[in-house]
Amino acid sequence: MEAAIIGIGMTTIEKCKVKATYADLAWEAVNKALDDAGIGIEDIDNVITTSSDFWDGRTISCMAVGDASGVRYKNCSAVEGDGTFGAAYALARSLSGDYKTTLVTAHSKGSESVSSIITNAAFDPIYERGFGMDMISACAMQARAYMHATGTTSEQLALVSCKNHKNAKDNPYAQLPMNITVKDVLNSEMIADPLHKLDCSPVSDGCCAIIIANADFVKKIKAKPVWIKGVAFCSDAYFMGDRDLSKAKALEEAAKKAYSIAGITNPQKEINVAEVYDAFTYQELMWIEGLGLAEYGKAGVMLEKGIYNRDGKLPVNPSGGLLSGHPVIAAGLYRIAEVVLQLRGEAGGRQVNARRGVAHGVNGLCGQSHCVWVLDKDK
Amino acid sequence: MENIFKDIEPQVYKSQISVPYQWWAGETASKFFITLRDEKKILGKQCPQCGKVFCPPKKTCLFCYVDTNDWKEVGPKGKVITYTIVYRQQAALKKNVPVAFGLIQLEGSANAMLHYIEGIEPEGITIGMEVEAVFADDKSASIQAISHFRPVK
Repeated sequence: MEAAIIGIGMTTIEKCKVKATYADLAWEAVNKALDDAGIGIEDIDNVITTSSDFWDGRTISCMAVGDASGVRYKNCSAVEGDGTFGAAYALARSLSGDYKTTLVTAHSKGSESVSSIITNAAFDPIYERGFGMDMISACAMQARAYMHATGTTSEQLALVSCKNHKNAKDNPYAQLPMNITVKDVLNSEMIADPLHKLDCSPVSDGCCAIIIANADFVKKIKAKPVWIKGVAFCSDAYFMGDRDLSKAKALEEAAKKAYSIAGITNPQKEINVAEVYDAFTYQELMWIEGLGLAEYGKAGVMLEKGIYNRDGKLPVNPSGGLLSGHPVIAAGLYRIAEVVLQLRGEAGGRQVNARRGVAHGVNGLCGQSHCVWVLDKDK
Repeated sequence: MENIFKDIEPQVYKSQISVPYQWWAGETASKFFITLRDEKKILGKQCPQCGKVFCPPKKTCLFCYVDTNDWKEVGPKGKVITYTIVYRQQAALKKNVPVAFGLIQLEGSANAMLHYIEGIEPEGITIGMEVEAVFADDKSASIQAISHFRPVK
């Protein structure tokens, strides 16, 4: 693929950024991304914003965030959903040959609303919404199905939380850097069985921006590009009762496609770092398997062996992941930005040794839809 | 940048979007709900190509992408595919915790239905457990025409 990520910008992820509006967040992330690329807003020829009307509390939210993203008199389009999908749209534009630089933004301020009510509205109103489920209770059902099918234990889930919160201690953008033990996780409040409070990601505020450029433009600038090798997405059925919740079939398909585009035949050997959508502890394990980085049902055991630690063979979420800060919508774009930093060798205290990485985003309840990005240090 | 806020108290505006909706349930859901209410029967819909029966009913087959045609009675017994017990009183809940939700695959159905599991201590629920539909007394043509599922005695 003849496209690269030439700039990234992240705000810190916090529980409540009361002093910043969503537009302030976008302004900060976009300017950081422009500085990172060493270019100005005049060098950007089109913009993709990613937002959610419900989280923003306004309809056509994509139009509102445009000003802060520098879209005035520019070609601008929008994606509703996770930032990785917005970035995939940006990549398609870049590869079309008609655009040289595409700016992608994704933001949300979870602190301004009520997660349970918003995620309840994701359920079908005719058959399901009236029961009062939300993202946590739906994912708890998936966790239960996955644990039952694979024998993965609550202790293994808890270990994901310990690893990621510890990793976050070296991530200046993370909301919840902590030293915790498996016991702390298991003793934390049981929100929806089998998910304890510390099995769940927090509600967060944050914005991330990245700039995707075509190969010609990359030649003209000083910034260190990270090359996009393969991107694919895939979706499962909408209703949870119409899927096998214990498996991430859609992710398997997306990963296969992304690897095939990237020319990867053995992801376990060829991928050096992964940032996956760990909205809940069990999801990190399920997604590791769905991404082909472990056999089905074996990620928990690999985790216990330390494979996914920062000093392990295949570090997963060295940033601390979403468990350490989860701005919905922006979350997947943060995963991409983190892999970019890793591949540029600019990840500071959380740096791992990596030449090639994978970033992953999710849309919908219980991972209905997945987007997989394979990134490389070299063209 | 922080400095300019030093003496400023952040102002927070409270509001909400409150929009009434009325969703047409569609012909498939309408027939399903009316039969639930009037006959206390649970109907699924069958794919003419693969023969699978879906409940909740589907207008089109999940696998073959063709219209389903025949209605077939399913349940009222089924098994728990997966479940959760909610212990925190989340804002979206309609009942007091603990609340048990399950995906129930009814006998004869290829897919599963979301519903409450009651009539058992929540800690006793297991995957694979046999349950049956308990019909509601009120006359609503909706998924609430089933009150909940309970273990088969």
